[in-house]
Amino acid sequence: MKVGILALQGSFAEHASLLRGMGRDFVLVRSLEDLQDITHLIIPGGESTTMVKLLKSFHMWELLERRMKKEELRILGTCAGAILCSYLGMDIDVDRNGYGAQQESFSAELESKQFPNLRGVFIRAPRFKIKSHPQNNPPSPPLFKGGGIKVLAMYKGEPVMVEQGNFLALAFHPEIAGEKRIHEYFLK
Amino acid sequence: MVQKNTFELKSGLARMLKGGVIMDVMTAEQACIAESAGAVAVMALERIPSIIRRDGGVARMSDPRLLKEIQAAVTIPVMAKVRIGHFVEAQILEALKIDFIDESEVLTPADDEAHIEKSKFKLPFVCGARNLGEALRRIDEGAAMIRTKGEAGTGNIVEAVRHWKQIQREIADLTKENLKEKALEYRVNLNLVMEVFKTKRLPVVTFVAGGIATPADAALMMQMGAEGVFVGSGIFASENPSQMAKAIVQATMNYDKPEVLAKVSEGLGSPMKSLEIDKLDTKFAGR
Repeated sequence: MKVGILALQGSFAEHASLLRGMGRDFVLVRSLEDLQDITHLIIPGGESTTMVKLLKSFHMWELLERRMKKEELRILGTCAGAILCSYLGMDIDVDRNGYGAQQESFSAELESKQFPNLRGVFIRAPRFKIKSHPQNNPPSPPLFKGGGIKVLAMYKGEPVMVEQGNFLALAFHPEIAGEKRIHEYFLK
Repeated sequence: MVQKNTFELKSGLARMLKGGVIMDVMTAEQACIAESAGAVAVMALERIPSIIRRDGGVARMSDPRLLKEIQAAVTIPVMAKVRIGHFVEAQILEALKIDFIDESEVLTPADDEAHIEKSKFKLPFVCGARNLGEALRRIDEGAAMIRTKGEAGTGNIVEAVRHWKQIQREIADLTKENLKEKALEYRVNLNLVMEVFKTKRLPVVTFVAGGIATPADAALMMQMGAEGVFVGSGIFASENPSQMAKAIVQATMNYDKPEVLAKVSEGLGSPMKSLEIDKLDTKFAGR
């Protein structure tokens, strides 16, 4: 296992200090070489448009896509990171800033069996919708019917933490709340 | 319990901007150019600092119509400036649901005694500082992010470097023995000074602003420890804004890789027209 934190832009230092607090080794991923041999990648909060541009301009995007396809890599994406999960093939639709502008940013208790008393910090957060899946035809309602999708936490009945294959996508920021359990789960 | 507008959420948005470039834009079209170049946010204003310098007169908050057009054009956060102490301009920006307010010395101050009581607002504020005292007073008032003042609209990085070094030097000079004295000198809460002493940094995200005109300028400030950069006139007063914007974004990310900096600095055309600080009629940083 080799853990990397994508450190192009955003809240990577917060993820790093969380991992340090857990006594976990990690590398900061800032170049193509750094992406070659990691097995777990944390994509932090930040601006998804900026991250995608930077990944593409340094040929990291193609490698990321290739390694996800070959199932060599697991990704934990928080906020902007979750948006990148959807671009990389996860079966979720994300409505960017779906909860509104900064004034609508909030923190709240989430509904989760796996993680009791989980507090989610949502900052200009994306809103998730799970894509309908051919296996679940007819897809009605489309919510919660994606192939192999597990909803690990919800807020007001909507999915905010979703796992599918090697993707784990969060609309909120455990790295801001100092919440370690999700990272433990991801690295198990 | 659902909580909104807490300091965690305000300073949290600043954390999401780290490692990024925030660009001044005057039209929706420029905002789109900034977004597609990879800006993490745009600062929407009617006149970039170099034009304010050229034209003179009172510089105020921008027309809400312009701000709305820019909000509609991009998905990245939109920031806007208010005059120092002008809390009604801040109320208006809040009503417009701007994402971040810059209480800025680039605009003509409205109050020469007091800054806005920022903790009363729902929105996060960023403020300029030349030294540790200014930075901590702004944080004490509720600022969720600090930037150096530099000398905006000059294309001259020297003041930003000076302010950055001054803040770092004053942080390094804090000792267990002088904390009380410094809190009095800076006119701030002792706990705040103690926190800075313990962590050896400001308690909020700190960017650099004022005079950044090239990719190398941005990388210089990042190597000195800045967490991101504001580029005011440096992009849209340059010969080739779109290329300059992209180059500064890439330089900010690759600040410690000279071979990448060399590549992105190539063939950008002329940067903005620049000014010597000694020959300025008005220095914004003193405000």
